[in-house]
Amino acid sequence: MNKVSDDISKDLKDQPKFTTDIGEKDQDHHSFDLGEQTTLKKIQHFLHGNPTIVPVIILILSVIAFGFIAGGKFFSAFNLSLIVQQVTIVGILAAAQTLIILTAGIDLSVAAMMVLASVFMGKLSVEMGVPTLPAIAVGFISGIATGAFNGLLVTRLRLPPFIVTLGTWNIFFALVIFFTGSQSIRSSDIEVNAPLLHFWGERINLGGFVFTYGAFLMIGIFVFLWFLLNKTAWGRHVYAIGDDKEAAELSGIRTDRMLVSIYAVAGLVVAIGAWVSIGRVGSVSPTSFYEGNLDSITAVVIGGTSLFGGRGTIIGSLFGALIVGVFSSGLSIAGLDVLWQRFALGCLIIVAVGIDQWIRKVSA
Amino acid sequence: MDKKGLSVMQPVLVAKKLSKKYGKVVALDSADLELYPGEVLGVIGDNGAGKSTLIKVLCGAVIPDSGEILLDGNKVTFTSPIEARKLGIETVYQNLALSPALSITDNMFLGREIRQKGFMGSFLKFLDKKAMADEARKRLSDLGLLTIQNINQLVETLSGGQRQGVAVARATSFGTKVVIMDEPTAALGVKESRRVLELIGEVRSRGIPIILISHNMPHVFEVADRIHIHRLGTRLCVIDPKKHEMSDAVAYMTGAKQPPQD
Ligand SMILES: Nc1ncnc2c1ncn2[C@@H]1O[C@H](COP(=O)(O)OP(=O)(O)O)[C@@H](O)[C@H]1O
Ligand SMILES: [Mg+2]
Repeated sequence: MNKVSDDISKDLKDQPKFTTDIGEKDQDHHSFDLGEQTTLKKIQHFLHGNPTIVPVIILILSVIAFGFIAGGKFFSAFNLSLIVQQVTIVGILAAAQTLIILTAGIDLSVAAMMVLASVFMGKLSVEMGVPTLPAIAVGFISGIATGAFNGLLVTRLRLPPFIVTLGTWNIFFALVIFFTGSQSIRSSDIEVNAPLLHFWGERINLGGFVFTYGAFLMIGIFVFLWFLLNKTAWGRHVYAIGDDKEAAELSGIRTDRMLVSIYAVAGLVVAIGAWVSIGRVGSVSPTSFYEGNLDSITAVVIGGTSLFGGRGTIIGSLFGALIVGVFSSGLSIAGLDVLWQRFALGCLIIVAVGIDQWIRKVSA
Repeated sequence: MDKKGLSVMQPVLVAKKLSKKYGKVVALDSADLELYPGEVLGVIGDNGAGKSTLIKVLCGAVIPDSGEILLDGNKVTFTSPIEARKLGIETVYQNLALSPALSITDNMFLGREIRQKGFMGSFLKFLDKKAMADEARKRLSDLGLLTIQNINQLVETLSGGQRQGVAVARATSFGTKVVIMDEPTAALGVKESRRVLELIGEVRSRGIPIILISHNMPHVFEVADRIHIHRLGTRLCVIDPKKHEMSDAVAYMTGAKQPPQD
């Protein structure tokens, strides 16, 4: 674990390479350009090479700001760990969403996919007497299948992902209502028949900080995806497709096949989120996480991933999810109405996209 | 090389009666092409004559409606650029087909990455980034592209000429049979164009034949051994640049003058 986080922080540090580490000879070559650059231009270039810096700065500033506004209560171990618990599900959805947005797509159906997978897990194990592990496996298969279904529609019908997933969001939601008859599966029934479904909701206390197992799993998912995106050909191809799909195809990437696999992997991540969500909420409710689709997009965008694809980091989305959590918590402790929390979040999204647009101009 | 020499050699690549329509637009109309070992074949023609479509068919990016392609005398069909690449046909596309947000190394090895040895590579599918970076650096410096210092620089931070260099290096280092270049100097300045022309010479000296599509007559006349003139979707004629003037070539290409009858 330590090695891993070392590696990640090294990677974050490594990224400015082309601005600072370009080698003596090249410094010479570029010194004329650099002399002409304004400070603002330098910042723009730096952010362009380090897309994760913006969310990190926003996270630090917002933690400090809410420390002042909301006082000590905000900094209590209880509250900080509550924030982490609260962002677990949105964080996992954001991890899946990052994969899609990196390909210049968008997935409006992630939360509906998640609820559908959790319905399979709950229905089968609690009401139909299927052992819990196979029921969970069916949930995973549901996630992979619904993800791949999105991917197939995007690649076969050549429809924009926005439209495809707007459609499947409604379809998956309808399926949830169909399978559950709008009835929730109660927490107490799950506890009796399939306690394993609650596993990720278990808590451990680390010196006053209370974490659910699910929070660790979320971190694990982010670390895993970081490796996948940065250390494997599959990951490089995700970026290449989002950057320029036609170029990727001409470079010998089977882009359609890749896209289907990306949507399927996102579906699997979402299905893991489904299991965690049962532990977090306790019950399986067909109408839960209705805002999860948009919240995950918010986290990804605030996390510095470009909606135009090809640019961004998976770790940025984790920070994005944490920022959303810090804002909600801080504003509610400060006694602001929910409506102002949404207002602030809305402003944050627009600022984040604005910064992204500005940064992208570097390459133009 | 003289005409007699050519006719006894077997062409590396042959296109026979290739046709391609886009709706009502006839991009290729029963077009032929032959590429002989070790030669630079210039392809010239007016805008819209079908040059890009022709080479896209040859490299698998476009599937023709009819016609056939022979590689070393064997019939081949490509349904994607991957298949042509596997047989050693590499292409520098007019728009380069690079991913700007990825590094030079990533771009050079896109779609044919080197994996780590053993468990890390075969099971975890981890990339051998060091091997790829070393290889990319070697290939770029082989081509004399020493101005690039950091092989992990993002392609979008490179100048137009450097990008062209990366695309050419990618094509030439993997192209074992044929290298195709579509307007490789169109976006370049004088100095950078020179560099690309030198690269073409270096590739030819390794014995790999090249198809060079260009609008730039002086460039084509400088490096081509033979010039294929394309007009209205098909081959009008093939001329020897040593025996024809540039002004003649332009006249044939635009239909102002009848092509030589041989
Ligand atoms: N993808 C396409 N869709 C429709 N028409 C095309 C397409 N590609 C080329 N064409 C048409 O085919 C003709 C030949 O184009 P092209 O091969 O690009 O010519 P050149 O490279 O010689 O300028 C042109 O009329 C062009 O408009
Ligand atoms: Mg063209």
